[in-house]
Amino acid sequence: MSGRVAEIHDRLAAEFPGAIALLSNPGPSGQDSLLIERAALVGAAGFLRDSLGFDMLTNLSGVDWPDAALADKVCVPVAAETDGEGEKPEVPGFLEVVYHIESTKDRGGVVTLRSRTGNRAEDCSIPSLVSVWRSAEFQEREAYDLYGIQFTGHPDLRRILMWDEFTDHPMRKDYVAPDDYEYEPTPHDEVLEKAKKHYPAD
Amino acid sequence: MNAELSDDDQLLRVSLGPQHPSTHGVFRMNVVLDGETVVSLKPVFGYLHRNHEKIAEGVTYLSSMPYTDRLDYICPLTNNWAYALTVEKLAGIEVPERAEYVRVILGELTRLINHTAFMGFILGDMGAWGSALMYAFREREKILDLFEDLTGARMMANFMRFGGLRNDLPPGWVEGVRKIVDEYPAFLDEMEKFLVGNEILLARTQDVGALPKETLINGGVTGPMLRAAGVNHDLRKADPYGIYDRFKFRIPLGERGDVYDRLMIRFLEMRESLDILHQALDGLPEGDFIHPKAKIRGFKPPVGEAYARIEGPKGELGFHLISDGKPNPYRYRVRPPSFINLTLLEDMCLGLDLADVVIILGSIDIVLGEVDR
Repeated sequence: MSGRVAEIHDRLAAEFPGAIALLSNPGPSGQDSLLIERAALVGAAGFLRDSLGFDMLTNLSGVDWPDAALADKVCVPVAAETDGEGEKPEVPGFLEVVYHIESTKDRGGVVTLRSRTGNRAEDCSIPSLVSVWRSAEFQEREAYDLYGIQFTGHPDLRRILMWDEFTDHPMRKDYVAPDDYEYEPTPHDEVLEKAKKHYPAD
Repeated sequence: MNAELSDDDQLLRVSLGPQHPSTHGVFRMNVVLDGETVVSLKPVFGYLHRNHEKIAEGVTYLSSMPYTDRLDYICPLTNNWAYALTVEKLAGIEVPERAEYVRVILGELTRLINHTAFMGFILGDMGAWGSALMYAFREREKILDLFEDLTGARMMANFMRFGGLRNDLPPGWVEGVRKIVDEYPAFLDEMEKFLVGNEILLARTQDVGALPKETLINGGVTGPMLRAAGVNHDLRKADPYGIYDRFKFRIPLGERGDVYDRLMIRFLEMRESLDILHQALDGLPEGDFIHPKAKIRGFKPPVGEAYARIEGPKGELGFHLISDGKPNPYRYRVRPPSFINLTLLEDMCLGLDLADVVIILGSIDIVLGEVDR
């Protein structure tokens, strides 16, 4: 498994120097992944599809990492250990999209790709892959809906599971369920104020 | 919506659903029609959304097991299997031989249930409301009785555990399965006799809703839908899990990928499932039904992530789990086949009649519990 991912990493890194990083998986599943810079994402996806035969995007998950250090524990960067231990710059939390791609012809199983946003607030966009794999269409809408990841270039980026007037992104780790907004016979005081946020826009 | 709606042209906007027998649950389609012809179709769903993934992140790994039953509630046992498989991959747990065989038996029985129910539903969509469904459910109920004997519930099984199964087979259960397996071909013959040459069925289904192979692959369509178009992609062979590499079976493939092929593929798959069941029942060994060292309480997988998938009756059912070493998952994601197979619904329907939309939706075989999660 990991040998195959490393091979793909080398192919990709030759095409897109500096944009691809290999992340190792510390768990028993051994599913290593490739971290792709946002700027190179669409190009790399096109290369994977056209030159390496990955014709299907199977799964797309959004992940919220408020704590960037935790992300490095789960997906360990393989790049040469930097010598200055304490020198690491403070990285803000970020949102991540994990792609599982596969080839229906080669039958080698899935390969994991990931791409990360700058932070969790104003810089949370990732290029859309709908132009490369159509199956991203609904799944990106879902990640937008539940995580607030802005997919630039998506043809129809709307909420898909929550209702259109909803304002928050419930899968984020710091999301607080506002109140019992589905049933509140006589809301008052702060509950009323909170509940108003979920009234349909008129 | 692309189509312009004005007084001059004759476009008509129809909101099909959400409560309608042919939408298979609470599912809505905003359809724009030019006469009878579909100009644009936008699916609207989420009516059953309860954020299954968020709930699962807040509870222990095992606590999500009964919740997976409610994803695709027609086939709970394959949902259990996919989830157990992913956790086993995440934590590196082994499964004893006997449990693997029982899982295959349950998985194939579930495929029989799903495809049989599908026959009933799609015939209902075509206007044969009731009778086909009744015959299908009669057979389905026989298998559900077996599930009740084994798991205590007809549908909400909550049966698989990380490293095996919840309990061993009750006495006489294997004989019960054998009886079903022996009798099933007669039912399939009967159904096929009713359907295959039926003129109305042929007229309604042939050359309806077909798309090129490349489009389907690009759109992430999996399962019988993809194989009906002739793409040889079945995870039981393409990315074997469990012990499927020990069985001899064939992957039926369609040619045109229209609704008729999708229907026939399911017939053929059921016959292959019966073949697998024969082999699994013959090979079923004695032994543990759960790994003796499998931890039920205080279970914490090591830090890491895993994606595992199975060939569910509706397509590729996958789970993506990220563990940070705590007793509850950091990220829990379901890869729902019904949801992703809907991506190309509009493409399949454009230019056809409104009545075809109903059949095409039926042929995708969705369950809203899984689409909306």
